[in-house]
Amino acid sequence: MSYMGHVMAHLRKDLRIEWRTKESLNGMLFFTLLVSVVFSLAFDPTAYPSIARQISGGLLWVGLLFAAMTALNQSWARELRNNSLEAQRLAPSPASSLFVGKALANFLFVTAVELVLAPVFTLFYNLHPLGESWLLLIILPLGTWALVCNGTFFAALSLRSRNRELLLPLLLFPIAMPALLAMVQATTAVLTGEFLPNLWLKVLIAYAIIFTTVCVLTFELILQAD
Amino acid sequence: MAFGFYQAMAAPTEATMGNLYRVFFYHFPHTILSFLFPYLNCGASLLYLAWRKNNPVRAAKADAFAVASCELTVLYTTIGLATGVLWGRAAWGIWWTWDARLTTYLLLWLLYVSYLLLRRLSNGNTTPLLAAVLAIFAAVDIPICFESIRWWRTQHPAPVFGGGQDSGIDPSMVPAVLWNVAAFLLWGLFLLGCRYALERRRQAQQIGDSYELLAADEGAL
Repeated sequence: MSYMGHVMAHLRKDLRIEWRTKESLNGMLFFTLLVSVVFSLAFDPTAYPSIARQISGGLLWVGLLFAAMTALNQSWARELRNNSLEAQRLAPSPASSLFVGKALANFLFVTAVELVLAPVFTLFYNLHPLGESWLLLIILPLGTWALVCNGTFFAALSLRSRNRELLLPLLLFPIAMPALLAMVQATTAVLTGEFLPNLWLKVLIAYAIIFTTVCVLTFELILQAD
Repeated sequence: MAFGFYQAMAAPTEATMGNLYRVFFYHFPHTILSFLFPYLNCGASLLYLAWRKNNPVRAAKADAFAVASCELTVLYTTIGLATGVLWGRAAWGIWWTWDARLTTYLLLWLLYVSYLLLRRLSNGNTTPLLAAVLAIFAAVDIPICFESIRWWRTQHPAPVFGGGQDSGIDPSMVPAVLWNVAAFLLWGLFLLGCRYALERRRQAQQIGDSYELLAADEGAL
């Protein structure tokens, strides 16, 4: 089997598990919905439309970040259940294909959540984007990949530690800070139309490329750590 | 260090800020040096990964060095942050502002605190490996952080050394600055050596403990 074949096999397996249980998708969806309701109670966006425009980019990403955190932990915990992680370590397929497959699966899950959530957000916060809103179609997937790629990696890294639910955000947040800044700034730029998101798009692309490379190169070390 | 302190106190008073600026002699060496130790940390981690399989003794040494340099990074960054906050309160009238350099510096601190937390929370024998991988991530992350936040905003004075025409300090302050940088560099290296020796002994003790356990097991059989 070629490298892509391995990746697709891992991806199909993860999608099938999720399709049968739907546990992390449902959890993420409801969680982000709750977060957006809590934020709108705290800030009252309909009364101040211009403030809503300025902060909702940040709120959207913060909600997605927290939601992704729950899904990322589950995605590796499910490999531990029947010791299937041990089987993966013994398998002759390249270790990084497991990582790429899982990161792609997580990417699809979070994107699905975004597809539902973005209309809900516009509805709850009465958003009228003043910039070019088609750019969001690039910003959202790029930001999601930047988040999910590192998130999947650090979830695997903290898998065997004593309290992995705590450790994942502790490790991921400082590393993901530039990406978070870039995606929040780019989204705000589109929503307010006050400045161009081009610079932040470039930062996001650079971040995604650099960290995808580092993740793929070092994943085997993490998987074989005992 | 004592001489550095004397120099700092005896240096001529600065034109606009008066005696207040003397905190600079502590702020500057600590911040400059706290950018040196992360790279020692990254280098040691890379060496650990390289030696892990074929030379466990050297790998353990590299790991001990990585721990020591990371703790020094956190120590120097904490001091840099603390003196910076005090100075900011006195010079700008605010304790903290989300300006480019302050934010990146805080992120540097956060990154290496998370490294220490990983060492604390992960399981015994995988710790060095996981920490080494995280150190690589942190070292890769630092430049990206810096650039992205520099584009975001800036309030900290432009680089004092090697900046434009107006940058640079009065020549009468140079010896005090250099003495303090040298003093804190030596002090940092001394601490690094101490912490390294401590970590090596902890490793030796751990190995000794496991041998004792093995011996006890065999005795029981």
